[in-house]
Amino acid sequence: MIVNLIDYLKERMQTVKVFGAIAVAAMVVWTIVGVDTHHAHTWMEAHIPGFWAMFSVLSCVVLIYFARWFGKSGIMTREDYYGD
Amino acid sequence: METSFIHPSLILIFGALLLPLIKEPFRKIYLCGVPLLTFLDVVYLSWHPGVYGVVSFMGDWTLTFGRVDNLSMIFAFIMALMAIIGTVYGLHVKDDVQHVAAWCYVSGSLGVIYSGDYLVLFLFWELMAFASTFLIWFNKEPGSLAAGYRYLLVHTFGGVLLLLGFVLRYQVTGDLSFVQLDENNTQLFTWLIMAGLMLNAAVPPLHSWLPDAYSKATVTGAVFMCAFTTKTAVYTLARAFAGFDILIVLGVIMAIYGIVYAMMENDIRKLLGWEIVSQVGYMVAGVGIGTALAINGTCAHAFAHILYKGLLFMAAGALIHATGKSKFTEFGGLYRKMPNTLFFMVIGGISVSAFPFFSGFVSKSMIISASFESHLMVAGFLLTMVSVGTFLVAGLRLPYLIFFGEDRCSKETQAAATDPPWNMHMAMAAAAFLCLLIGSYLPFLYNMLPYKEVAYHPYTGYHLSETLQILAFAAVAFIFLKDKLGARPTISLDLDWFYRMSGRGFLWLAKNPIQWLDTAWGSAYKVVGLYSLMVIAKFSSWFDWHGIDGVVDGSARCVRAMGRRVAVVFQRGQIQQTLYYSITFAAILLISYVWS
Repeated sequence: MIVNLIDYLKERMQTVKVFGAIAVAAMVVWTIVGVDTHHAHTWMEAHIPGFWAMFSVLSCVVLIYFARWFGKSGIMTREDYYGD
Repeated sequence: METSFIHPSLILIFGALLLPLIKEPFRKIYLCGVPLLTFLDVVYLSWHPGVYGVVSFMGDWTLTFGRVDNLSMIFAFIMALMAIIGTVYGLHVKDDVQHVAAWCYVSGSLGVIYSGDYLVLFLFWELMAFASTFLIWFNKEPGSLAAGYRYLLVHTFGGVLLLLGFVLRYQVTGDLSFVQLDENNTQLFTWLIMAGLMLNAAVPPLHSWLPDAYSKATVTGAVFMCAFTTKTAVYTLARAFAGFDILIVLGVIMAIYGIVYAMMENDIRKLLGWEIVSQVGYMVAGVGIGTALAINGTCAHAFAHILYKGLLFMAAGALIHATGKSKFTEFGGLYRKMPNTLFFMVIGGISVSAFPFFSGFVSKSMIISASFESHLMVAGFLLTMVSVGTFLVAGLRLPYLIFFGEDRCSKETQAAATDPPWNMHMAMAAAAFLCLLIGSYLPFLYNMLPYKEVAYHPYTGYHLSETLQILAFAAVAFIFLKDKLGARPTISLDLDWFYRMSGRGFLWLAKNPIQWLDTAWGSAYKVVGLYSLMVIAKFSSWFDWHGIDGVVDGSARCVRAMGRRVAVVFQRGQIQQTLYYSITFAAILLISYVWS
């Protein structure tokens, strides 16, 4: 059942992407228009539309590139480094 | 009615002792029954809070085995529950000693949670470390033996720190009770106790043992280990160090550190181990914040964490059980072969990523809210950043690299990959159901929290919109940046480098300079000692032969020669002559005697 579902979606990748994009866009519109930001923790959240979306993308970029840089600075090494 | 107290640990320990005597067809029933009985005992105790099992020991000391209060109840509940799930997951394991080790380990954890003083705590603390080491050693994989020794040594070190700490405290205060320590009056013992407890919680820089050991444990052993050690340590920190500011800093560092290493990791269980470090970071930060909401959040997150992390370790274990492989570089595109494992791993992944209606959503956010409410903006934002990273790693990278994308499997892996036996399915289904239950039916978890008067509502429009934005855009970012998170055949150096290298340095020292010194000493002895000894021996032999023997033999020869001369002169052979000389000699003697 799970395999069939995945294969079904994989065959219609383009449609899945379009629906995904529509869903994300709808969600963003809802967060800007429909959500009460009175309970936000900080000023930024209440006044910058889509704050958490930007925060999320920025976090991904920062974490991924930091991990890459950190790993390549000599932390990531060959598997038999310790001889086992 | 008097409440009868049977320590839940005792049920597990006696159960473990009797297990080798139980044979099929009763064995499987017995295996399920013992942890179930323990769980029922824990539930029974939680209906009757109080202090039990108080024993006077060696006159001066009072040992408390059963402190049942709001904080210990929730931790004991989830530990006992996880013991059932873990045992069902390992039901196919024929080797009795593995179950014995696992149950002793759980009993150690329950013992720590119910303990009211440092002596009892220490007893069970060491039982945990000792029993869990066997869960690593039972794995036949190369490297497990060494990893087990490292684990044991590190935990022995932690145990010694804790022992030093509470003995010093006893010397100063005369008190052994395990209670909240005073932040305004910290002394050496405060920090020693904290370091001892933090080592088990894997707080940097005392964390490297965790990914190292958990990735080398047996398939079922890792499922137990991921639940008990760190969360028991979180409980002890919450008990003794609530509100210590340094824990906020360490917790946030820990959360970031763990997630960065998880992004670089190639071994599935090591990745999950790094994620434990990261998630326990939230709990440590929550303990550091120390408000009622933060402590509630810590307990809730520990509860939720045990279940979803157990589920992830069970799914990873199913992969290793089937294929014998554990690295991303040896997996890929397996969704057709192991669809159910994929399903459970995704449930675990979206629970840890705090999807709405799953457990992380109602627990993690409590800690983040507590940090914002305490005006710790930096901590709040950094912890939110880590939760984005958590989704990237556990929700996306983990299933993607195993079940989708490029197929890096060998033919053997492809052939061997299949969904696990029924008991593993059952255990994973139970954990997955509980992840959903916690996230969807709030009273189940929230009614167990220690501070019931603090209300928290996770399902507000704002929290939902915040979470959905974070998740959706992390997913979008993953689509564009997934190559940067690909599978690479590497390991990541960490602080264990220092003790592994110093161990290696010691080995080098032993193999090279010390061995050289030993050889040199041997040669020197051969040259100087042995030679001079030979010379002395030769001389004494010569002296004996020529000196002593010469004198003795010479005097003997001299006596013999003189005798011969005397015989030649006086003994001519005629008896008359001999008589004549003899009598003359006697007469002379007689006359000279009379004369004088």
